[in-house]
Amino acid sequence: MAGSDTAAPPAASAAAPDTVKILIAGGFGVGKTTMVGAVSEITPLRTEEPLTVAGLDVDDLKGIEEKRATTVALDFGRITIGDDLVLYLFGTPGQQRFWFMWNDLAIGALGAVVLIDVRRPESSFAAVDFFERRGIPFVVAVNGFHGVHPYPTEEIRESLALPESVPVVLCDARERASCRDVLIALIDRLIDEFTLRSASPG
Amino acid sequence: MSVPPYAPTAGEVSGGDEAGRLVRPFALTGGRTRPSRADFTLITTVTAVDPPPERTAWPQPEHGRILRLCARPVAVAELAAHLDLPVSVVVIMLCDLLEAGLITARPPRSVTGAHDLDLDLLQKVRDGLGRI
Repeated sequence: MAGSDTAAPPAASAAAPDTVKILIAGGFGVGKTTMVGAVSEITPLRTEEPLTVAGLDVDDLKGIEEKRATTVALDFGRITIGDDLVLYLFGTPGQQRFWFMWNDLAIGALGAVVLIDVRRPESSFAAVDFFERRGIPFVVAVNGFHGVHPYPTEEIRESLALPESVPVVLCDARERASCRDVLIALIDRLIDEFTLRSASPG
Repeated sequence: MSVPPYAPTAGEVSGGDEAGRLVRPFALTGGRTRPSRADFTLITTVTAVDPPPERTAWPQPEHGRILRLCARPVAVAELAAHLDLPVSVVVIMLCDLLEAGLITARPPRSVTGAHDLDLDLLQKVRDGLGRI
């Protein structure tokens, strides 16, 4: 339950469980850690990674001659699906622009949730681009400020130029049930794609 | 055995707090910045093979802390968070422990390139989410 700080998943047996992960991405302050915390069985944990940023053609770094060290932070939570399966949720940092350099973050993820703040959807464009380009399945979850949703999903889909295959769901990142439904929407998309792929030859 | 954390002394850190945070953890690895093997991802589960010996001369006290933390299966990312160390540093120390035969590592479920996703797994995750 929330608030616990135990190191090990509450598995009945000592056998190591299978693990899978889902990424929660989106712009700064859009509610990623809030969402992780809402559905996680543990208080979200944080880990930081030092990165050396060198040789990147990035405007911010022009004029800086030396390699620059920075850190990227990840907040993550855990959902024990069963004794033998644990789901991890990783909130990608929205503040730093180098989170994509965290090797191993996107690799092997089941999929991703891109959280959008309707008041400034542009802050999540980079995340949408990232998952589209990498072919990582994702859903777009619109986090209503104070749970208010001024725009219908179709309008949001249009403004983001999202294909029909990408589900757009309205949510409240503070609410466990709402976040759970977002994750289920992602899994449903994965199941649909699996079914389609199995049905079509080649 | 009470092990002091790796609190840097004034003499060890140059360049202020920020540089200290970045540089100091790799002192735990003897300056190594790359793991000797590729067994560990963020969600690889690590388990100590046996209860750790009461007192062993680890290269670093953190090796002992890791062994205690993974007395039950625990993911690499969780270890790093509990140790308050970068994942890359923890992974290097995990390589030491794996090579010493003191831990086992279970890789995550492979889901790379959607085609080896299996429907049972997805359904299981969906059912599990439905219960929270």
